[in-house]
Amino acid sequence: MRYVVEVHLKPEVSDPEGAAILQAARALGFDFLSDVRVGKSFEIEVKEGTEEKELEVLSDKLLVNPVVETFRIRRDDD
Amino acid sequence: MTIEAGVIVFPGSNCDRDCVRALKGMEGYRVREIWHRETELGGLDLVVLPGGFSYGDYLRPGAIARFSPIVREVTRFAERGGYVLGICNGFQILLEAGLLPGALIRNAGLRFICEPVPLECTNTNTPFTKKVPRNLTLPIAHGQGRYFIDETGRSKLEAEGRIVLRYAGGTNPNGSTNRIAGIVNEKGNVLGMMPHPERACEILIGSSEDGRSFFESLLQAA
Repeated sequence: MRYVVEVHLKPEVSDPEGAAILQAARALGFDFLSDVRVGKSFEIEVKEGTEEKELEVLSDKLLVNPVVETFRIRRDDD
Repeated sequence: MTIEAGVIVFPGSNCDRDCVRALKGMEGYRVREIWHRETELGGLDLVVLPGGFSYGDYLRPGAIARFSPIVREVTRFAERGGYVLGICNGFQILLEAGLLPGALIRNAGLRFICEPVPLECTNTNTPFTKKVPRNLTLPIAHGQGRYFIDETGRSKLEAEGRIVLRYAGGTNPNGSTNRIAGIVNEKGNVLGMMPHPERACEILIGSSEDGRSFFESLLQAA
């Protein structure tokens, strides 16, 4: 069983890396972009029966810095 | 009066020896290194968390080091009123450990910056800053030194006089909230700062000697 935890900077925290990518994309002629935000994702294999709540605790304690980041957990069934 | 100082060494610390050398060069200090796996601090007056890239900055700077056994001890030491100084990566560890508020994130300009910067000491009424000049120059060396705190946290820091260092001369090299370069905790016995005082203790290496004033302050306070 696999979960994916996606972590992004909070909307109020500016993301210079995303801004640089946006600029590069536009320079290449991709003019349909209006914003880019960079995040990271953790692909986590877990034991059968693991509950999403346990991943929330893990995220809060280790994977995410709640001062500047938010996260989303989804089950990856592929 | 002698200050017993300990410099914590994490895997990936790279300013630990600089800190030891700087403190050895000060009158009134005895200093030893403490490996991060140790679980006791002994009879110390000052703990320094040095700069570097503990655990390769994996996950986030300081995010893994904060779970090192010695950091639990450092937290207790701070609660008892012991002096704790976190420099650069040490500052990042103090934030991750919750000993100071806010976060340090990627520099606004994305580049690693290694250069001397003008600073202003905005509160000389802490044990770390009594002898620090109002205007000083210290080197910074970081890629993730942009101090971020939300509006509520910022006004609390301001109101309590806990912002002790700001980037000065119209500069804000990393894009920090309100040019914040260093803050103390509520009791004033924990200081986190991005600039490196230990790299500015000897004129021979071409720096200022402004870094010494932090250690002279502590000596006076102790």
